[in-house]
Amino acid sequence: MTVSPADLPPSPSSQTTISVRGLTRRFGKFTAVDSVSFDIEQGAIFGFLGPNGSGKSTVIRMLCGLLEPTAGNAVLDGIDVTRRPEAIKERIGYTSQRFSLYEDLTVDENIRFFGRIYGLSGTRLKNRREAVLALLGLGPYTPRLAGKLSGGWKQRLAVACALLHEPRILFLDEPTAGIDPVARRDLWDLLFLLSGQGTTLFVTTHYMDEAERCTKVGYIHHSKLMVCGEPETLKAMEEVTPKGMVRMEIECTHPTAMLERLRALEGVEDATLFGQAIHLLADSALAPETIRRSIESGGSECKAIRPIEPSLEDVFVMLTRRNSEG
Amino acid sequence: MILRGLSAIMYKETVQIRRDPSTRFVFLIPVIQTIIFGYAIDMDIQHIRTIVHDMDRSAESRRLVESLANTQTFDVVEEVHGDLEVHRRIVAGTARVGVIVPPDFSAKILRGEKATVQVLVDGSDSSVATNAVQTALGVGYLQALQRAGVTPETASIEVRPRVLFNPDLESSHFYVPGLIGIILQVVTVFLTAFAIVRERERGTLEQLVVTPVSKGALILGKLVPYCVIGMVQTLFVLLLMRWVFGVPVEGDVFLLLSLSALFLLPALAMGILVSTVSSNQAQAMQMGMLIMLPSILLSGFAFPRETMPGPIYLLTFLIPVTYYVQILRGIILRGAGFWALWPQTLILAVFAVVLVVASSLRFQKRIG
Repeated sequence: MTVSPADLPPSPSSQTTISVRGLTRRFGKFTAVDSVSFDIEQGAIFGFLGPNGSGKSTVIRMLCGLLEPTAGNAVLDGIDVTRRPEAIKERIGYTSQRFSLYEDLTVDENIRFFGRIYGLSGTRLKNRREAVLALLGLGPYTPRLAGKLSGGWKQRLAVACALLHEPRILFLDEPTAGIDPVARRDLWDLLFLLSGQGTTLFVTTHYMDEAERCTKVGYIHHSKLMVCGEPETLKAMEEVTPKGMVRMEIECTHPTAMLERLRALEGVEDATLFGQAIHLLADSALAPETIRRSIESGGSECKAIRPIEPSLEDVFVMLTRRNSEG
Repeated sequence: MILRGLSAIMYKETVQIRRDPSTRFVFLIPVIQTIIFGYAIDMDIQHIRTIVHDMDRSAESRRLVESLANTQTFDVVEEVHGDLEVHRRIVAGTARVGVIVPPDFSAKILRGEKATVQVLVDGSDSSVATNAVQTALGVGYLQALQRAGVTPETASIEVRPRVLFNPDLESSHFYVPGLIGIILQVVTVFLTAFAIVRERERGTLEQLVVTPVSKGALILGKLVPYCVIGMVQTLFVLLLMRWVFGVPVEGDVFLLLSLSALFLLPALAMGILVSTVSSNQAQAMQMGMLIMLPSILLSGFAFPRETMPGPIYLLTFLIPVTYYVQILRGIILRGAGFWALWPQTLILAVFAVVLVVASSLRFQKRIG
């Protein structure tokens, strides 16, 4: 599909599909979402993270036109959600956290129902139905009741129904919670495929490895957006690895026993277990030799010490700590 | 488009109703209710268990007991001995009425003196007791008049009661037409409230509200299938009423069905209102009961409204089914036409407008 710039709806930048400014929602005295602003480019996979109850779902509900913001606005695909909440619904797809299709209808009945709800009929409905069935491999399951599908297949059906009307933006609220690793990988392959076709994806997740796969991530904590950007940019932030500090990985025997020992070492800011290794945030003046000696005097064998890049988890941990201290 | 997605919702709803195992009860319940109210609840009080302690044992005393039994109100089940025994049996509940004829009953009559018969009545069921007392008094007066030489032919005043519309005073004629109103209301209030709340409970409403389906289509698409069910049930009960209980429809069946359709509007709107204040089916059930109880007890369906105390009587005017029950009885029993029923029709129409507007304002295509 070719789109000339003149066809594109006016938006802050022709590349931006979601533009959120000062979005706020209060329930009585409680502020569930506090002045959140961010931009998402077309075709991006936006990973939205945050603990339960931090305001993730409230943001999604406002963006989908389900909940009226108390203040601020959001423009999706050129449409102001606060002014025209119904108009946005033709352009978005949404899969909720829990399975919310009709368990007492068959796979095919669910697809046809949502197709018709989105205004598809005749040949177009037929074509789109076949397209999503093929895309998600649901073909053999069409006569089965949705309630009889396994978790992973239910998730596929939910995505299929959300894609019928070829939405410009697809919201997926914890799409991989509780499904098996194969289904999880399949779903991510699909997300990359859709992103490549220009669909913007807004995904919430608790998995850090999924966050690492996103083109952009946002982290919300206590109703505030702590940070938002590309994973690489976030990792390079000064707050994550302050000036004069380094991150390193230490491979040693008995890492659990060594953890407390390293934490007590002067110049060590933070030490955490990472599989069979220890991740350290330390003063750059702290010599690797000092660390090695400390470990070996503790009766453990130090196999390797190497500098590492911060992970997204490190980013969120640092920012959350700074926020609770300040 | 105001009704975008209407046919899709209606179709989906129909498939779900057809597939739902509890649907068969939807058609079974009206039949059971009709049978209970039509057959089992017989307010015509007859055959009250009666015992007799006849100390006189004369032709006169036997004639009196026979007259009592002939009324059909009393069933003389046993002859007992001793006042205490009569009392004991009534306390035990094995008899409701005890007739005690004193030893000098016939002697006093023959002497032309006033003879007294004691009738003990169990007052724990007030309607049975009232009926027993009145019937017993009537039998007493009649016998006294006859002894004084007054016969029906020679009496100076004669009351000739003629009962119109239900000459045999069968209570099924009273209950079954009103039952149509109650059943229609049960179906519409509970089923529509459940249909909406169930979607909220299962999370499917959340999925629906992110689609461009219009609010009108969402509500209407859910209501239409239940309207059809309601009308089918109405026909069902009408057929049972006509062919099983032998209650003919005196008036215009078409008028009856049209006004039934009108009654569906406020009833369905109440169902939607219930759904907007309930977040799960248990709550909807309680709210539904809150509407159903006054509808059954105060609408005049079961008990006459005229005898209710002031404030309660005023309350009955706020219950839509009150007017529908009047319409049903009017058309079915008295053959009333539209011009006799226009006040009830108008009030139902007002209820329809108010409740439909209120429910569509309350029902929002938003969540949380």
